[in-house]
Amino acid sequence: MSAMTDTATQAKAAAKPLMARINWVKAAPWLYTLALFALWELLVMALDMPPTILPAPSNVFAAIAKYWSPIWKNSLQTLYTTTMGFAIAVVAGLAIGLFIGWSKTIYAGLYPLMIGFNAIPKVALVPILVIWFGIGTVPAVLTAFLISFFPIVVNVATGLATIEPETEDVLRALGAKKMDIMLKVGIPRSMPYFFGSLKVAITLAFVGSVVSETVASNYGLGNMMSSAQSQFNVPLVFAGLLMLAVEGIAMYALMAWIERRMTGWAHRSTMAQ
Amino acid sequence: MSHLVSIDNVDMRYGGASGTLAVSGLTMRVDKGEFAAVVGPSGCGKSTLMKLVTGLHIPQTGVVIVGGQQVTKPVSIVGMAFQNPTMLPWRTTLENILLPLEIVERHRHRLRAHKREYVEKAEQLLEIVGLRGFGSKFPWQLSGGMQQRANLCRALIHEPELLMLDEPFGALDAFTREELWCVIRDLHAAQGVTIILVTHDLREAVFLADTIFVMSARPGRILKEHRVPFERPRDLDVMYQSAFNDMVHALHGEIAKARVVA
Repeated sequence: MSAMTDTATQAKAAAKPLMARINWVKAAPWLYTLALFALWELLVMALDMPPTILPAPSNVFAAIAKYWSPIWKNSLQTLYTTTMGFAIAVVAGLAIGLFIGWSKTIYAGLYPLMIGFNAIPKVALVPILVIWFGIGTVPAVLTAFLISFFPIVVNVATGLATIEPETEDVLRALGAKKMDIMLKVGIPRSMPYFFGSLKVAITLAFVGSVVSETVASNYGLGNMMSSAQSQFNVPLVFAGLLMLAVEGIAMYALMAWIERRMTGWAHRSTMAQ
Repeated sequence: MSHLVSIDNVDMRYGGASGTLAVSGLTMRVDKGEFAAVVGPSGCGKSTLMKLVTGLHIPQTGVVIVGGQQVTKPVSIVGMAFQNPTMLPWRTTLENILLPLEIVERHRHRLRAHKREYVEKAEQLLEIVGLRGFGSKFPWQLSGGMQQRANLCRALIHEPELLMLDEPFGALDAFTREELWCVIRDLHAAQGVTIILVTHDLREAVFLADTIFVMSARPGRILKEHRVPFERPRDLDVMYQSAFNDMVHALHGEIAKARVVA
């Protein structure tokens, strides 16, 4: 369907200067999102879905307007737990990544442990966290942290482990210590890997915090959605999902922006223009 | 004349007692200010020689003496340049060239206070190799030949007494290579630095060097030492003299023989 619209717009662009002036690549995300909502609305209408099964987007937006106050409060709570957990993950992930990348022995010893730990579904850890810290904010922050620090660790360690041997030889011949090589080459070199991993980690952090809020909290979008579900308020559940998607996209965009700002040298093709 | 580098009967084996013997009974001497070239069949331990002289490897038997001291750890009076320029992409060319100064003990504490003086020196070097005004560019904005020029500047910035070059021009096209031969020739003449050049290119060796060492196949040792008779300063035209071609031909024959023996 999109291919058809594309050819149609191209034909029009040649004829009308107004159509030619629109940057279609920039507009595409918005147009596609609108198309998705339109399609969804039409589907609900065509199949005559009851709102308790699949509410139409108009219904969902109405719910957002109606419950704006609790949605706003719970969205902020989820954003707070997520960014807290994510911030801890960034600090800890960077530290552990540098530690693991430092020596081959530490790398060999810790890597299997990390993989084993990462294979554990984090939802299974929430009850343990509740026993330790009670329900509420703390387990949500910790779950967000636990689920999002692994990709950061792996990326930083990979950046360090792949220093070119020639570079190392040149510096070592000058009398460089391991610390010098890490500071001058290893760490700057692993920064593109690190900032790249933030994009993955932030979306995972949302998964962690919402899972924990759903299972064990009185606040947050996860809790709001599970109580809405128990009252068969399905439009509110979808409103919560929509807010999560919006927060996820916003944070991802922020991470992508930071990545570009911090490691412009790794995106040569765009800078060379 | 004093020897800057003297290697005596050195054995170097990788990977324990049953590992590969890379060089065996290696003996060679390079005088101060001399330009030495090392040629040989591939896998003859030329890179091992580089690492022995710079102190990155310590031999199991035999003695390596550089600048009057036995080598037991990396020697910081050496500058190195490899075929791969290994410029750090997040630093400008100038910052790349200044990198050794942040490492070498006798410069790193002076660097911050005397930054101007060092930057001036780096810019002088850039001018010598024909890269004036390119200091603020990032390495990936430079061509391969320009990167290799910057690489030479980096190897020379801390005023090393010995410059070790491991096939620095191997990846360049013929014209750029000849240009850089002239750059190296002029640097050697102007700075009085001792150079050891490891290469596969026999014409390069004969054009640049005072002495050419021919190595045997693995385990490597010096088969023969040639003095290059051509007067300095040498012009590129020297390569079209018959004496030059005869020498290249003779070297070619020796290396071909060394390959067959292995």
